[in-house]
Amino acid sequence: MNAMDEPLNLVLFSGTDDKLQAAAVLAAGAAALGKPVNVFLQYWALDAFSKGKIDGDHGLAPEAGAEGRAAVDALTKAGQASWAETLRQAKELGSVDIQACSLSMDLLHLEPEDLDPLVDGTEGVTAFYLNAGEGQVVFI
Amino acid sequence: MATVSVDLTVDARGLNCPMPIVRTAQAVKGLASGQTVEVIATDPGSVKDFAAWSKTTGNEIVEQTADGGEFHFVLRKK
Repeated sequence: MNAMDEPLNLVLFSGTDDKLQAAAVLAAGAAALGKPVNVFLQYWALDAFSKGKIDGDHGLAPEAGAEGRAAVDALTKAGQASWAETLRQAKELGSVDIQACSLSMDLLHLEPEDLDPLVDGTEGVTAFYLNAGEGQVVFI
Repeated sequence: MATVSVDLTVDARGLNCPMPIVRTAQAVKGLASGQTVEVIATDPGSVKDFAAWSKTTGNEIVEQTADGGEFHFVLRKK
């Protein structure tokens, strides 16, 4: 089996815009190469995918500081696509499946209809591992 | 700019990684085998990215130049 046939498996935990942007870039790059991508949304990352919140401001990781904030704002002002838009394009381009972690759904009191249409469904960790196959698992 | 005939041009100037590759991959999906796409990018990572994308997908780089911060590629669909 070709290494490019194995999926890239991204576990998103953090809900800040910088980490979600970094994850979206990894997903889009893999999709452009024809590599399948599975995204598993946990905790605060899942919250960021809820309807009405997805295009809002989710802040940055603490290490960003004021300089990091200014740098990110400058890229946004220069027209950088948001992480949500990057993921939408990645889904149009390739096989990108985005699943909500069922435990995190309970934690955040979310129902499937509360999530943005970018999210394809809800699954448990066992289904995630089954779909991950022999591919790399990246936790962000 | 291109010295070979191109069927489509993707202007990716000003776009950050990975958008030049994403836009190109989208454009190539609509082409027939053997057709070519010209890409103009300013992302400094695009030289290595297009080389990697070409190697992985089999779409060949038939022309590549750099001029004053602009990178120019012509790719032929596999």
